[in-house]
Amino acid sequence: MNRDLWLVAPELFLTIASLVLLLWAAWGGDKSARLITWLAVACLAVAGFLTPTASGAEAVAFAGLATGDLFAAFGRVLIYGSAAVALLAAASWFGRAGDYKAEYSVLVIFSAIGMGLMVSATDLLTLYVGLELLSLSSYVLASFQRTDTRSAEAGLKYFVLGALASGLLLYGISLLYGFTGSTLFSDIAAALAAPADEGIAMGRLFGIVFVLAGIAFKVSAVPFHMWTPDVYEGAPTPVTAFFASAPKVAAMVLLVRVAMEAMGPAADAWRQIIIFMALASTILGGVAAIGQRNIKRLLAYSSINNVGFALVGLAAGGQAGAAAVLFYMSVYIVMTLGSFLVVLRMRDVDGQPVEAIASLSGLSRTRPGLALAMAVFMLSLAGIPPLFGFWPKFVVFEAAVRADLAWLAAVAIATSVISAFYYIKIVKIMYFDEAAPAFIKEREPIGAALILICALAVSPLGYFAIPYLSPLTDAAAASLF
Amino acid sequence: MNQLDFPILTLMLAIPSIAAVICLYLNPAAARAVALGATLVDLALGILLWAAYDVGGAQWQFVENYNLFGRFAWALGIDGIALMLIMLSVFLMPICILASAAIKDRVPEYMAWFLITEVLMLGVFMAQDIFLFYIFFEAGLIPMYLIIGIWGGANRIYAAYKFFLYTLLGSVLMLIAMLWMVNFAGTTSIPQLLVTDFPPQAQTWLFLAFLASFAVKLPMWPVHTWLPDAHVQAPTAGSVILAGVLLKLGGYGFVRFSLPMFPEASNQLFWLVMALSLVAIVYTSLVALVQQDMKKLIAYSSVAHMAFVTIGLFAFNRQGIEGGLVVMLSHGLVSGALFLCVGVVYDRLHTREIERYGGVANNMPAYAVFFLLFTMASVGLPGTSGFVGEFLSLIGSYRANSLVAFIATTGIILGAAYMLLLFWRIAYGSARTPEAAAMSDLNPREFLFLAPIAAVVLWMGVYPESFMAPMRKDVGVLVDRIARAAPAGDAQLAMGTRSAAPDAHVAPGAAEGHDTGAEAGAEEAH
Repeated sequence: MNRDLWLVAPELFLTIASLVLLLWAAWGGDKSARLITWLAVACLAVAGFLTPTASGAEAVAFAGLATGDLFAAFGRVLIYGSAAVALLAAASWFGRAGDYKAEYSVLVIFSAIGMGLMVSATDLLTLYVGLELLSLSSYVLASFQRTDTRSAEAGLKYFVLGALASGLLLYGISLLYGFTGSTLFSDIAAALAAPADEGIAMGRLFGIVFVLAGIAFKVSAVPFHMWTPDVYEGAPTPVTAFFASAPKVAAMVLLVRVAMEAMGPAADAWRQIIIFMALASTILGGVAAIGQRNIKRLLAYSSINNVGFALVGLAAGGQAGAAAVLFYMSVYIVMTLGSFLVVLRMRDVDGQPVEAIASLSGLSRTRPGLALAMAVFMLSLAGIPPLFGFWPKFVVFEAAVRADLAWLAAVAIATSVISAFYYIKIVKIMYFDEAAPAFIKEREPIGAALILICALAVSPLGYFAIPYLSPLTDAAAASLF
Repeated sequence: MNQLDFPILTLMLAIPSIAAVICLYLNPAAARAVALGATLVDLALGILLWAAYDVGGAQWQFVENYNLFGRFAWALGIDGIALMLIMLSVFLMPICILASAAIKDRVPEYMAWFLITEVLMLGVFMAQDIFLFYIFFEAGLIPMYLIIGIWGGANRIYAAYKFFLYTLLGSVLMLIAMLWMVNFAGTTSIPQLLVTDFPPQAQTWLFLAFLASFAVKLPMWPVHTWLPDAHVQAPTAGSVILAGVLLKLGGYGFVRFSLPMFPEASNQLFWLVMALSLVAIVYTSLVALVQQDMKKLIAYSSVAHMAFVTIGLFAFNRQGIEGGLVVMLSHGLVSGALFLCVGVVYDRLHTREIERYGGVANNMPAYAVFFLLFTMASVGLPGTSGFVGEFLSLIGSYRANSLVAFIATTGIILGAAYMLLLFWRIAYGSARTPEAAAMSDLNPREFLFLAPIAAVVLWMGVYPESFMAPMRKDVGVLVDRIARAAPAGDAQLAMGTRSAAPDAHVAPGAAEGHDTGAEAGAEEAH
């Protein structure tokens, strides 16, 4: 029992910490918001150090309800890291308008608990509890700017569609439970491996499809992506930065674990679904972004596009595929957080946030450093070497080629050219066009430092990290098998 | 480590990289000086490299290999073919910097991107790891995109997009092919992949994927349409680098990858490559004939000249391949020089319309002499570099297929037509506009960047051996490698039987290895 508790130590710690912080926020009021933010970041750091890295039978917690293996550990560290960055970014963004509420940080920690559960779940119900904890916190976060109608609309949209997705997921879970007799991943896998007559096989297939649909909603893979642009646009920008990073990692890691651990024996059934979603996401994420005028909507489609590439790694399957997905997500969150950190700096002379892509015009003349950072993130998202964004794409395509899916890799990489168009369009707007009114210059040392770190990480210097990052993703992926 | 006891190749990449970062923090005049200094240092290192290169020695020289990135290595090394292309790049770079005097806007950035371009081009020729090669190859898109887009002409944004997306679409499929090859061979080292025999069925697909990339870069008809736009809109120095070096990446790719790695597929798709090349020669030459824009005319002539490269390379014999390589070097110099010549008058009159000039020889005699020399070199007049390459390439293609040689030769005639027409309309007659009549002759700076090219063009035309010697052994390796798949050819040359020779004291076969004709004849015989 003691060991079981250690395996969920980060969640336990964060739960206690978040409740304490919640009380503090209730009594301290919004004056204490900034201090609570820093404490929340510290809590996430502590949770990162508490992350268990067990393996084999040592990793099984609560008789198989959760796990503390390396795969979960990798996901947790990414989640805590990106949640911390999102918190730091939020403090200075909200602060000036006096609309920064102390419970913001608490909500982010709540969702971090949910995400931690998601990545460590080895039972469909643990999974569901984690997912709902994340979702409910997210709905509140999306509508956090109560006075802004767009924010409220985003929260409502997210809630309605999210509830639908939860319903689908729960329905799928009930089907799988009914046709395999268990909610434990290991038992489901054993049941799926056993031969069954046609009716049962059909029921299981429906269960698989519904579960995948529910999770696909969370990773915003096409055709379950509709909420993404609206929510990204409407939610306050730091919240959007958070949505685009940590929950994406959590949902993707969860998807990999469900697909490979629980549904491993039914790989032929889900692979074609994943391939469809991968290609549909890369194509739609590329085409639909072209006409966007709002940078946040554009980044929403960019995230759909990137999820498609990560799914190529999942379609490849096997340890190499899982490692590729982890690698992809680790670099992806750096690129996407970096882009959003730049978007957070987009404020007109009155200090009001602007989101129009046109306002970036000629940024290279007015703010060369910021423009260079944004260009690095954009070209990196496009996967153009020598920027480090090339390497995650390389890794997933390599996994696909090794799995004899060279055709999938070829089609997916060809669609990446479509998305390259809108990324280089941003570069064009910043570098080729005449300068628009400059953004207000403000001292934001934390934001600037974070942008610098992200930009350096995806610059060509990132390649030196490959020998350190690859063994980690490989070890994490190996713990799935 | 190597003949020089220091990592010269890494140094040649490091100097422009560091200079590029420094340039960003300088004022325009200092940035120009730093950029010129860095490119001149690289030129000096290049000359040292050539001097230290052991002709006929090991196939790969100056090899460096550091496993820095886990999955692929920082592996550099050159053979004779790469050496010559590196020399071409480092030779043209200082000239480009000098020719950028007309750039007044955002000079430090401009210099930085040019230096980055140099690093990436040199990296392509030096890379010994297939993924390192890909990274250098693809990365060149970013600086060229910015150079065309920021400092280009009126329609620069369209041209920049077109350049970027065209070349990107071509390259990405090559990456998948590379992944497959590495997965098959279990190594990322180019020298090891060069001796791997890929299954012939797979070769066809791999060849097509590589063709997609190199055909766009080269460019081959019908994917050449990015080139006239990019060339015309780019600033003068950008055009020089595009024509001079970036187009050579495609040809280098054919020599380094397509031919030696997929010989069977090269044979199987012989007619595809030849047909595209022949269409390019005839069609783009005709298009060039009717151009009203000087830069566009030279751009189309580039497409025609690069088709001589592919014809030569895919002839599967020594003359053809050597010819193709010499055409690459020669075209790099000559078309670069022609773009510089256009730039000289463009800086004075700010138009590229041929109709606005005329009679330039009257008021700019020195300019007209240089322009004539480069025109003649482009036509392929004996004594200039253009002749050597095109002649060898045509001999090679004749031995592969006489029809190819026949059609390709018409390109020479058409080439003479459009180039002489261009020269006549610009230099002779009387000036059509008063501004054209008032143009002043070359200033010392312009003289300084045209004279070295002219000297090298003549050197290559009169004594091509200097340039062919380093490549000879590597071409031999390539010819041996692809011999098993070489097409039979319809022009069966055979060595004549010796009559009772008065010079019988010459040991039989002594001429071989030096006299390319005799050696090729011997190859054909067995």
